[in-house]
Amino acid sequence: MRPLITAAGLLLAWEALVRVTGVPVYILPPPSRVGVVLVERFDLLMEQAVWTATEMVLGLILGLTLGAALAVVFAASAGWRRWALPLVIVSQAIPVIAIAPLLVLWLGYGMASKVAMAALVIFFPVVSTLYDGLRRTDPGWLDLARTMDAGSRAVLLQIRLPAALPAFASGARIAAAVAPIGAVIGEWVGASAGLGYLMTQSLARGQTPLAFAALFLLCLLGLALYHATDWAARRLVPWQSPQGE
Amino acid sequence: MRGARIAFGDRVVASDLALEFPAGRTTCLLGRSGVGKTSLLRWLAGLLPGTERAAPLAYMAQRDLLLPWLDILGNVLFGYRLRGDAAALRAAEPRARALLSEVGLGDRLGDRPEALSAGMRQRVALARTLCEDRPVVLMDEPFAHLDAVTRLELQDLAARLLQGRTVVLVTHDPLEALRLGHQVRVLAGMPFTVSSPLEPPGPVPRDTSDPVLLGLQGRLIGQLRSGA
Repeated sequence: MRPLITAAGLLLAWEALVRVTGVPVYILPPPSRVGVVLVERFDLLMEQAVWTATEMVLGLILGLTLGAALAVVFAASAGWRRWALPLVIVSQAIPVIAIAPLLVLWLGYGMASKVAMAALVIFFPVVSTLYDGLRRTDPGWLDLARTMDAGSRAVLLQIRLPAALPAFASGARIAAAVAPIGAVIGEWVGASAGLGYLMTQSLARGQTPLAFAALFLLCLLGLALYHATDWAARRLVPWQSPQGE
Repeated sequence: MRGARIAFGDRVVASDLALEFPAGRTTCLLGRSGVGKTSLLRWLAGLLPGTERAAPLAYMAQRDLLLPWLDILGNVLFGYRLRGDAAALRAAEPRARALLSEVGLGDRLGDRPEALSAGMRQRVALARTLCEDRPVVLMDEPFAHLDAVTRLELQDLAARLLQGRTVVLVTHDPLEALRLGHQVRVLAGMPFTVSSPLEPPGPVPRDTSDPVLLGLQGRLIGQLRSGA
């Protein structure tokens, strides 16, 4: 309840600021105006929001899958670890924004380049958290498994992987928080649909209230994606249900 | 066991050990903290680098090492799950259930470890150790973390259920050693040496209020002191 009151207070202050100073609408539209646009252009906004949401979710799924697979490969094989792990780390030195135009060039203006963008941003936090989790298995469990004559495959699948799930869950939460960045940057660089595309288009035409409405929806999308992922992550590690929270 | 040498870098924990553990009996290795008891046990279990264990064995550590994502029954059967032999797993399940009722947890099969108290968890670990059904059982201070009454109850339970197996139990508590061990041997010194076996009278688990045992406890404490 308290965050809502804070938000309402900020909106009121914003509204008052615009009215008192008389800033033109195309520089800073008052929230009331943004609200009107949200209602009037609802169909257009929803259409773009669904598009962007699809990009985010597909990017999240792709990034999580690839990241998790690579982390398991690194944990299981010393060869891969030695040859490919440094490359994955170095790849993070490339600013994602810098390769966005290349992705658009290669994959086109459609959805594919944005999904790739989002997956690329997500990939690293997932690999590094899950790989870390896989390396930090309780040595007591590993000893126990050795006295039980367990093979390394069984140890990976039945001990190390489930034990690393809490780490993967935090990686997934980070991924959900950054997925919108990938999708929106992709849309800014070159797109034919989506909320990011709508923002650049309406700003170029002086329709600032519409850009703000799109921005508002982007925030909602990001929040929804994060909370959905958080919910799923909790289901993934039910034994870690925080007590007394 | 012969010619054991345990060292970490330059630190020699023990060299040229020759120990015999009588079959079907419980040997308690008594020593102060840091003397190398756990290293010796890990050496026996083949858990130290470059070592091979002598016989198939079950290992019970100080911590219960239950897996939080498995229920109690799954934890007791964990060895069978790890080895991936479906037939053996099915065959072992009735035994796992029976063992769990023996340790008083027959009605908690589906619970996760987090729902249990420390004493209950250690009882599950005991059931898991026994479910492995190995002739040799190694135990590393398995009751050290428990409160006095729970510890006593678990010692009784363990003594009853471990009958007939070759058990090596490591402990720093002279009374625990006297209560549970057919034989008690003291580890002392740096690198440590092992005293000749002491065989307290009577069947295990012994009553620790027995004056004979209390006298022996004094002697053991003296031995522990002089070795350091």
